[in-house]
Amino acid sequence: MFYVATASVLLALILLVSRAIAGPTLFDRVLAANSIGTLAVLFLAALGFLTGRPQWLDVGLTYGLLNLIGTFAVLKFFRHGDLAYDAEDEGD
Amino acid sequence: MSTAVDILSWVLIVPGGFFILTGAVGVVRLPDVYTRMHATSVIDTVGALLLVSGLALQAPSLLVVFKLIVILALLFFTGPVATHAIAQAALEAGVEPQLDEDRRDRIVLAGERNDIQKKQQNPDATGGVQ
Repeated sequence: MFYVATASVLLALILLVSRAIAGPTLFDRVLAANSIGTLAVLFLAALGFLTGRPQWLDVGLTYGLLNLIGTFAVLKFFRHGDLAYDAEDEGD
Repeated sequence: MSTAVDILSWVLIVPGGFFILTGAVGVVRLPDVYTRMHATSVIDTVGALLLVSGLALQAPSLLVVFKLIVILALLFFTGPVATHAIAQAALEAGVEPQLDEDRRDRIVLAGERNDIQKKQQNPDATGGVQ
């Protein structure tokens, strides 16, 4: 049954990568990248069970946290052109 | 006992994989960013929930179950936050949603609603007539 889980996640990953490459706007790509991150966490979990080494779940947790921060970093960078942008500094 | 747990795992994992694939197909086939966002939420919620709970039934120890629950909680909180940020950024950048019928003039934002209420209370204050 772990084969089924891994295979479906892999297939979904292929579809999402095609959207991330094709995506007409930046936001399509960011959205696809975010979902790829979610699926990577699920893939790591399933693969950990498949190989009988559930320690990979820790890697998945870290990846999930980095995924959120990465999405925000990309959005902030493309909106302000600067990762250190602070709205309160605007008034200076 | 073990067979029953296995069957339950199958019953959870196979629909989980199905919903994940449904979400991925939706991301490829739907027409614009906002509808694709709707498709990815299927992966984040029901797909992840079914798949991870199916895996949790096969876990060798309670620690693994706990880690799976933490992963699930993480996905449940970060998924909507990231989607909301993307939607807001896309609207801010001027990406137009594809609409069958444009009804956005009916949408009243919170700030405008206050203005409308003020206008209704004292209509002379806005001074529309020259």
